[in-house]
Amino acid sequence: MRVGVVVFPGSNCDRDALHAVELAGGEPVALWHEEPDLHGAQVVILPGGFAYGDYLRAGVLARFSPVMSAVRDHAARGGLVLGICNGFQVLAEAGLVPGALLRNASLRFEHRWVRLTVERTDTPFTRAVPPGMTLRLPVAHGEGNFFLPEDQLDALEARRGVVFRYAAPEGNPNGSARDIAGVIDARGTVCGLMPHPERAAEPLLGSADGLLLMRSLVGSGLASAAA
Amino acid sequence: MTAVQAAVAAPPPIPLHRLLGLTDDELAAIGARLGRAPNDLELAMFSVMWSEHCSYKSSRPWLRRLPGAGRGVVAGQGENAGVISIGDGLAVAFKLESHNHPSAVEPYQGAATGVGGILRDICTMGARPIAVLDALKFGAPDDEQTRHLVRGVVRGVGGYGNCVGVPTVGGELVFDPSYRDNPLVNVMAVGLLEERHLTRAAAPGPGNAVVLFGSATGRDGIGGASVLASATFDETSAAKRPTVQVGDPFAEKLLIEASLELIAAGLVDGLQDLGAAGITCAVSETADRAGTGIVVDLDAIPRRETGMTPAEVMISESQERMLAIVRPARVAEVAAVCRRWGITATVIGRVTDDGAIRVVAGGLDGSGRPAAGAAELARIPAAALTSDAIVYQRETRPPVHERGAPAPGVRQELIESEPGLPERGMDPGAVLLALLGHPNLCSRAWVTTQYDETVGADTVEAGEHGAAVLRVRGTPWGLVMATDACAAVAALDPYLGAAMAVAECTRNVAVTGARPLGVTDCLNYGDPGRPEAFWAFTEAIRGVADACRALEMPVTGGNVSFYNESARGAIAPTAQIGVVGLLEDIDRRVGPVFRSAGDVIGLLGSTTPGLAGSVYAGLAGASLDDRPPGLDLARERDLQAVLIEAAAQGLLASAQDVSGGGLAVALAEGCIWSGLGAQLDLAVGSTPALELFGEAPSRAVVSTTPKAWERLADLAAGRGVPLERMGRVGGDRLRIRLIGLAATGAAEERGAGVADDVDVPVGALQHAWAAGLPRALGEAA
Repeated sequence: MRVGVVVFPGSNCDRDALHAVELAGGEPVALWHEEPDLHGAQVVILPGGFAYGDYLRAGVLARFSPVMSAVRDHAARGGLVLGICNGFQVLAEAGLVPGALLRNASLRFEHRWVRLTVERTDTPFTRAVPPGMTLRLPVAHGEGNFFLPEDQLDALEARRGVVFRYAAPEGNPNGSARDIAGVIDARGTVCGLMPHPERAAEPLLGSADGLLLMRSLVGSGLASAAA
Repeated sequence: MTAVQAAVAAPPPIPLHRLLGLTDDELAAIGARLGRAPNDLELAMFSVMWSEHCSYKSSRPWLRRLPGAGRGVVAGQGENAGVISIGDGLAVAFKLESHNHPSAVEPYQGAATGVGGILRDICTMGARPIAVLDALKFGAPDDEQTRHLVRGVVRGVGGYGNCVGVPTVGGELVFDPSYRDNPLVNVMAVGLLEERHLTRAAAPGPGNAVVLFGSATGRDGIGGASVLASATFDETSAAKRPTVQVGDPFAEKLLIEASLELIAAGLVDGLQDLGAAGITCAVSETADRAGTGIVVDLDAIPRRETGMTPAEVMISESQERMLAIVRPARVAEVAAVCRRWGITATVIGRVTDDGAIRVVAGGLDGSGRPAAGAAELARIPAAALTSDAIVYQRETRPPVHERGAPAPGVRQELIESEPGLPERGMDPGAVLLALLGHPNLCSRAWVTTQYDETVGADTVEAGEHGAAVLRVRGTPWGLVMATDACAAVAALDPYLGAAMAVAECTRNVAVTGARPLGVTDCLNYGDPGRPEAFWAFTEAIRGVADACRALEMPVTGGNVSFYNESARGAIAPTAQIGVVGLLEDIDRRVGPVFRSAGDVIGLLGSTTPGLAGSVYAGLAGASLDDRPPGLDLARERDLQAVLIEAAAQGLLASAQDVSGGGLAVALAEGCIWSGLGAQLDLAVGSTPALELFGEAPSRAVVSTTPKAWERLADLAAGRGVPLERMGRVGGDRLRIRLIGLAATGAAEERGAGVADDVDVPVGALQHAWAAGLPRALGEAA
C-alpha cells in the first residue's frame, strides 16, 4: 500500500508521517509540492507544519500549490486523503472538508496530550479503532479552534461528519465548537484532524494509539484497491 | 558671531572609531596590524569583529583554561558547536548560546533569533537539529515589565522552534530581582549527525567559490553584536530596537533542509552560518581557520534594500543566511539544491591564498580576480579580524561582601556546629506548599504548553520532570539533555555556583541512567572592565574547569556574555551549563516519578549541608551566618557512577536529583507526578529546615522494589556512597516524620495543633505546584 506524504516548504511533520506509515506496514512516498503527481500513492497525507510559512493565514497558500491539483483530482475520484494539523487547515482552506480553524481560544500556541473519543469507527480512517476506545494523542497548534455556524454544525452532526472529539479529563485545548477535533467530508473519503497520530505511533513515545489510525488507512487502502 | 567663534563654540566632531565603539588604543592596535590607518569600511569591519561578542577579547585567555579533551570529542571549542561521537558512526552536536540584550530590547524577536542562531550553528556542523532547551532568567514575576518580557520571550522561543519543527524539550525558568533590567535568554540546541558528514566552518582551497545562500541582506541588525551585546544597558536601550535582528523561521526551515541536503550530497567543503557581524565574520573566520584569504565581490551580494553602503552590507546581521565554500565544478549543483528549496544562492567571492579579506566593488573576473576597473575597498589580514584580534588582560578584584566559601573537596564543619544559626520555628508542611508554589519551583506548564515538545516523533520525556530524553532512531539508545545554573549560590560565591551548576546538570543526566558525554557553557557576567564583575567571571571559569576535570567532562564550547548590567547593578553571576548524555538502553531509563506503592524510598549520597542560596533561604530570609552547602566533587562523581550503574542493572524504580527546594520538594515531586503518597522518617538535627529544604548537592531520592533494595545498597556501599532508607511509597499523603532533636520545644512555642511533621495530601501538593506560575504572572490558571 503506497501512502504519499506531501512535502510543502515549511512542512515539519512530513518525516514523522512517513515513519508512521512505515510502522503501520505501508509503503511511504514523499510527494514534492511542485509536482502535480502522486507517484502511484493510493492514499495521501497532508502533514503538519507551517506550509509556505502559513503566511496570510494558516493553510491558505498551500491549496494553490501544484501538488494540490493532483490531490483534488485524487479526492474527486474517491481517493483517501488525511490532513493532520496544518494539513487539516489546508484541507479546510481548499474546501475539501467543512469548517474553519481559528486561533486557539487562549490566543496561544497549545501543545499538550489530549484524549479523543472516536465518534465513528466505520470510516476508512478509523476502522482499526475498537469501538468505545478513547485515543491519547498530542496537539501542537496555534490555530485549531474549529468553527462553523450553528446551523452548519447541526447539519455536520446530522450527516455524522464529526469523527473525533476532545474528551475528559484534559478536555478541549483550543475552544473548538462542540469539542470537534476532526471531521470527514460527505463522501467519507477526506478526513482532517488537529491532533497528531503520527507522533503517537510507538509506546516509547507515550502512546501507540495513533498507529490505529495509520493502520486503518493502510488496511482500508488495500481493501479499496482490491475492490 | 564670527566663523572663528563658531568653530570654537561647536563641539569637536566625535571620531568615527569612537562612534563605532572602538577605543583610541584599539584604533592604534588596528593601525599596527595594517601598517597604516584603516579606512572607514575597514574600521566598521574591525568594530564588529573586535566587539566583545565576536572577539572574546576579555575572556579568551581564560577560556583556554577549560578542559577541552575528552572521550569521543570530534569537534570542540572554537567550532560552531561541539561534536561528540556516540558510536555506530553517529555523533551528537550541541551548544548553548545567549541572546540576552536583544531579548531585553525586543523580547519576541530577540528570543526567536536566539533560537534561529543556535539552530544554524548546529546545522553547519552537518547535524540535523533535534532539540532545543531554553534557560530563561527574569526579574521578580509581580513586575509588569517582567511579565511583558516573559510573555514575549516565551512566545518568541516557541514561535521560532515550533515553526522550524524542532521540539523544545526542556530548560530552566528562574526569577530573581537582579535580572529585572537584563533578562537572560540562553538557548541550547542539540543535533544528531552521521560522523562522515561532519563539516567544518573553514574556507580551504584557494580558487574555491564562496557562496552566500538564504535571505537577502538588509539593514536589520546592523551592529547588533557590537552595539547590543557589548555594552551595558541604559535608558537609551529602547532606541536600539532597530539593531535587533528580525527572524523568519520559515526561511530558516528551508535553509536547514537545503544545508543538510548540500552536506549529505558532499557539495560543500566548508559551511558557516551568518550571525553577529554578518558577512565580515563569516568570511574572516572561515578564512582564518583554513589559513586562506577571501576576496568578496561586494556587488554580487543580494540586497533587500537599495542604497546600502558597503559597510552596511558587510556587517548586516540579517538572519537566515549561510556561507558555503564550494569547489567551482559544484557551484551549479549547489545552486540547483538551493533553487529546489526556493532559496537564492549567489557566488559572492573566492578563496585566495593571500590570507587577506578583501572587499571589491566592480566585480570579479572569471578566475576570481578583481575585474578591470574594479576598486578594492578594504584589505585586512583575516587573522587581524579573528585569531589575532586584540586581547585584554582584565583586572580582577573580589568584592568585599563576598564570603569565603568551602572549596570542593574540603570537608567543612557541619552547619549545626556553627554558632549563631537561628532556630527557625515553622510548620514544615506549610513551608513545603509555599515552596512548591514558588515561581522558581512550581509547574512550568504555562511555558511548556506553548512549546511543541513532540514534533520530530523522537521525544520520550520532555518538559518539567527533569532531563529530557530523546530516542535515537534505529538504535537502542537515548540522548538525555539538561541545562542548569546555580546563580543564587553564585551570587554568594561564583566559583562554587559554577562548579555546582556542572555537578547539578551532569547529575540531572545521570539520574536517568545516562552517561554524561560533555558540557557546553554559557557564561553571563557584568561589565568586564569592572574588576569585581571580571573576578566573578574568572571564578566561574575556575569552577567550571575544576568540576569538569573532576567529573571527566570535556567542555566542547559555549559562549560568553558580558555587560549584563543596568543602572541598578549587575545580574547574579550566571554560569549556565548544558549537558548531553547517552543512554545505552533507552528501555532502562529511570524517571523521577514514584512507580508503585510498597517501593522503598532512600536518599543516595551525602554532602555538607547549608541553606544560603536556597529557595527556602529566599522565603525565610537568609541569615548572615548561613553558608551555602559544600560541594565535594569526588562524592559527586561516585554518586553519579552509582546512579548510572544502578540504572543499567535495572535496580531503580525512580530517581530524582535533590536540588531546588531540597529533599522535601524532591520527595513531593515524586508524589505529585505519580499521584502516589509516601511515608517517611527523616533524622534531623537542630535545624530541620536544613534537612528538609537545604539544597546541598550530590544527592538523589531513589525508589526501588523491596527486592532490589539490598542489591542497590551493596552497589552504593561498594562505591562508598551512603544510602539511607527513608520509607515507602504508598497512601494518598506525603508524611515525613521528623526524628531527632528538632521537635523539642518547637511545637509548644507555636501553640498546640501545629504539627512538626510534614503531613499533606498529595492533591494539595499537586494544586500548589500547578497553580504557582499562572498566579505569579497574574494570568488566569
